[in-house]
Amino acid sequence: MKEKKTVSPEYMILEAPREKKFMIGNEALAEAVKRANVDVVVVYPITPQSEISHLCGDLWVAGYIKDYYRGEDELHVMASMMGAASAGVRTFTATSGPGTLRAMEPFACWAGYRLPIVCPIMGRGIGTPANIQPDSVEIFYLLETGMIIFHVESPQDFFDMTLQAYAIAEQPDVHIPVIVFCDGFFVTHTREIVETTPDDEFLLPYNSNLSPVPAMDMEAVPVRMARDCLVIKNNFISYNANASWQQEVRAAQHRARKYIDRFMGGPLEVINPDAEVLLMASGSAAAQARVAMEIAQEEGIDVGMVKIKVIRPFPVAEIAKLCEKAKLIMVPEFNFIGWLAKEIKAVVNNNSKVFSGPNVFAGMTMPPEVIVDEIKKLLKLTK
Amino acid sequence: MSTLVSLPSSSYKVVAGPEAYLSPAAASLGVVLPENGQGLIEGEIVPEEIVMEIIAKKLLTAKNPTLFPGPLVLWAWSEKSIEKATAAQKLAAEVPGMRIIPMPDYRPKYPMINPAIEINPNHPNLTIWHNNIDVCMFIGVHCHYANLALKIIRGGTDCYTIALCGEFGHEDAMITLRDVSAEKVTKLTEVVKRVKKEAL
Repeated sequence: MKEKKTVSPEYMILEAPREKKFMIGNEALAEAVKRANVDVVVVYPITPQSEISHLCGDLWVAGYIKDYYRGEDELHVMASMMGAASAGVRTFTATSGPGTLRAMEPFACWAGYRLPIVCPIMGRGIGTPANIQPDSVEIFYLLETGMIIFHVESPQDFFDMTLQAYAIAEQPDVHIPVIVFCDGFFVTHTREIVETTPDDEFLLPYNSNLSPVPAMDMEAVPVRMARDCLVIKNNFISYNANASWQQEVRAAQHRARKYIDRFMGGPLEVINPDAEVLLMASGSAAAQARVAMEIAQEEGIDVGMVKIKVIRPFPVAEIAKLCEKAKLIMVPEFNFIGWLAKEIKAVVNNNSKVFSGPNVFAGMTMPPEVIVDEIKKLLKLTK
Repeated sequence: MSTLVSLPSSSYKVVAGPEAYLSPAAASLGVVLPENGQGLIEGEIVPEEIVMEIIAKKLLTAKNPTLFPGPLVLWAWSEKSIEKATAAQKLAAEVPGMRIIPMPDYRPKYPMINPAIEINPNHPNLTIWHNNIDVCMFIGVHCHYANLALKIIRGGTDCYTIALCGEFGHEDAMITLRDVSAEKVTKLTEVVKRVKKEAL
């Protein structure tokens, strides 16, 4: 292993000098993994995640990662992450589309086991007809797994949010997994300027002694495959303990809020909050909304924008307050379901002013002009 | 009833139960953990000195105060754990009638634990009920299991809970102190001694 100069997450994320590089999202992610001082990486390649699988292999060969291998499939990968993290080491994996759905059961276990695993997901189409193109539909399936979820807009976000994910996930009072979600290709394969921290500075090692649950001995027999089997006995006490456990996982999500403020500057980016029309979006849709807002403003329409960086814990109070003044709230999304609009409608008092759309999916692009046209149509309808 | 996703609200009070069929997690209702030098009293952030004063009064006026030490102080896994365990014993000795009932293991024990001699985080109410404990104090319990137990105690018993936490504290306890080291336990012991003396 390489000799490493280690620094605190506060320093690396908030204070360290930055150097501009020109790279695609997956390369930016690999730069973050390198600096995150990860112990174990297990991956299974799948488009558009495949690149990070082999870039992590390069990091292992270069001595930046202690252990690295390809799992049998995503179920194996995510179960391996569970074992490694339960034993008390820092872990990393990533997946996409069908891989995400194959791994759903371990995802829910990660949160229940209080494991601070960081897992980027490069979103793509799922199901039939088969599709590898960008789509954020996977987040809908992940919403209630108990994990923290960030939604990345750009390669810069991918670098920053991955490091922020480790800083937040490993807080003793949080200690649950973080999904760093990006819309595949739009972020993973787009080359942009990314400001990175010095490549000879690495996060302090993970300290499992601060964990809210004791690390499990995975080497001495009998190896314990699960934490405590509360569910096996059919009595009120078991049910009550299980319920209290589930509540505690959600409480950990709530505790993450103050660290989201500290390390990410809050769950939202807000531009022109007092505007008549607010575009609320996350991920690549936020990038399109940003341009649409500028076009609309040039045409004299009073438009603002809210980028939602954190999907779980959902910024309930912040969004409810922002929506109080706006006459019209539009939620453009790269998925069929419109899950973000549903989330927003659930927390806004007068939710008849929240409109889902435009929604594009299966790899279709979302030209900013389409968003602007939609704003004009809705403004006419609501007059 | 339990609230899994809710609007933050600071109006929720963490008080002795029995509170509900299923008590909510206080963090889900807007109770936030204290910063360095602070503690929580019934959900409100309060300076640490005041918290120690209230802990001392609660312990000294209890009918059956009980200390629940967990694995972090029961096993000699580091010098600091030994120091903290020793300090906790001295603290218990300063509180008249204070019992020590250990939480040696987090795994559920079937068909049931012996509530006279141990407490388990999955059904802590059994030990509280069996021993008529009116004020209890956790120390050396891993945070996840402490919160698990504190919610169940609040839900089903009238016991007043105090949590001395080595990390950032516990919203689900009625009183909590954070960053509790052997030195801080000793400081609390000194406060207990003073309050006892003042009452005489």
